[in-house]
Amino acid sequence: MLTKRIIPCLDIKDGRTVKGVNFVELRDAGDAVEQGAIYAEQGADELVFLDITATVENRKTLVELVRNVARQINIPFTVGGGISSVQDVSDLLNAGADKISINSSAVRRPGLIDELALQFGSQCVVVAIDTKDYGNRNMVHTHGGRTPTEIVTEAWAYECQERGAGEILLTSMDHDGTKAGFANELTSKISTKLHIPVIASGGAGTMGHFYEVFTDGAADAALAASIFHFKEIPIPSLKKYLDAQGISVRIEI
Amino acid sequence: MNIVIIKYNAGNVVSVINTLNRLGVRPVISDDPEVIRGADKVIFPGVGEASTAMDYLKVRKLDELIVALRQPFLGICLGQQLMCRHSEENDTECLGIFDLNVIRFEPKLKVPHMGWNKLSDMRGDMFRGLPEDAFIYFVHSYYCEIGDETIAKSDYVNEFSAALRKDNFYAIQGHPEKSGKTGQQFLENFLKRT
Repeated sequence: MLTKRIIPCLDIKDGRTVKGVNFVELRDAGDAVEQGAIYAEQGADELVFLDITATVENRKTLVELVRNVARQINIPFTVGGGISSVQDVSDLLNAGADKISINSSAVRRPGLIDELALQFGSQCVVVAIDTKDYGNRNMVHTHGGRTPTEIVTEAWAYECQERGAGEILLTSMDHDGTKAGFANELTSKISTKLHIPVIASGGAGTMGHFYEVFTDGAADAALAASIFHFKEIPIPSLKKYLDAQGISVRIEI
Repeated sequence: MNIVIIKYNAGNVVSVINTLNRLGVRPVISDDPEVIRGADKVIFPGVGEASTAMDYLKVRKLDELIVALRQPFLGICLGQQLMCRHSEENDTECLGIFDLNVIRFEPKLKVPHMGWNKLSDMRGDMFRGLPEDAFIYFVHSYYCEIGDETIAKSDYVNEFSAALRKDNFYAIQGHPEKSGKTGQQFLENFLKRT
């Protein structure tokens, strides 16, 4: 049976990991390659490296980081942050990234999804969606959550799939940084409607939250950052817990 | 050890090269028939669409060359599918090393089958040293049916061939180069084939 994936996210600034709490306050949590290798060793199923500075000057640093990660880590990893062209993607995939994730650039120009899927295959195109709940509707936000749009989240997720996205990384801005649980209702609504995997992100605080997002939330994978960085929940304990709860996870014995 | 990765414009081979490098091997990437024939071992990776890949091989007559090779040969992902008889993906005649069909998953679950899945019924030296619960990372929408040449199975929508072997020809549907220690052990076992 296909297992549910646990994905630590490493926010990257100048080649080092940081974690933004509610997208603003930053704390340094160490060297990115080393941190990634530790997660891989502990049983992480994939890794996401998100360049939060994403400036032109930092592109080369990011490509170099990707090259180093690829040399040392033998599980799949995704790279995101400031990717806006076929050339950006080509550089990162050639450096050894397995998947790339796009966010604001896809909202700005949805045709980018089609172009990337055609050129590199859907399997490496992840569309990240930052969403905020306005009571009666969920709206897409861009630029690290700073810019609201007029786009309804569920419709955008569907459009991404139709254009050729291979996966959706859904981050609930209302839940992110709260440690109060994932946005299970919205995640389930989107995941059960799509035929591509949905990675839930934002709100992980306890092991029970992962159980809930895989059951109530119907997520295919769950992503978290700070609870892994600051060792609040070790990945082996999390997997053991989920396994005991009847969730299919990868534990090699 | 002279390891050649067949170049046929089917996806990225950086991960395969990195994993081999970690095992102390520096592979050569080539579509030159002489270079391929002269290899100690040949690796045939691939991500992409079956008919385009077969066309590329045929134009260079690599299809005839591959089936005549006698050194250990390993197909990965699309590579395994191309080693079968026929693929439903654009109704493609493949290399026919394995007398099996490649079929699209019924959309009872999400397709592609993407993520880590367990291997079962593993047999032979390719699985030596692997954990009893061995997981491989998969990304595919088509699967190889089960036959006499199946040396490992996995299950998604239905059971399918996760690995195949016939004589010197080996194949794996998942990505050992992205499958942590388990995948690395599998590739190491392949490098020991003679």
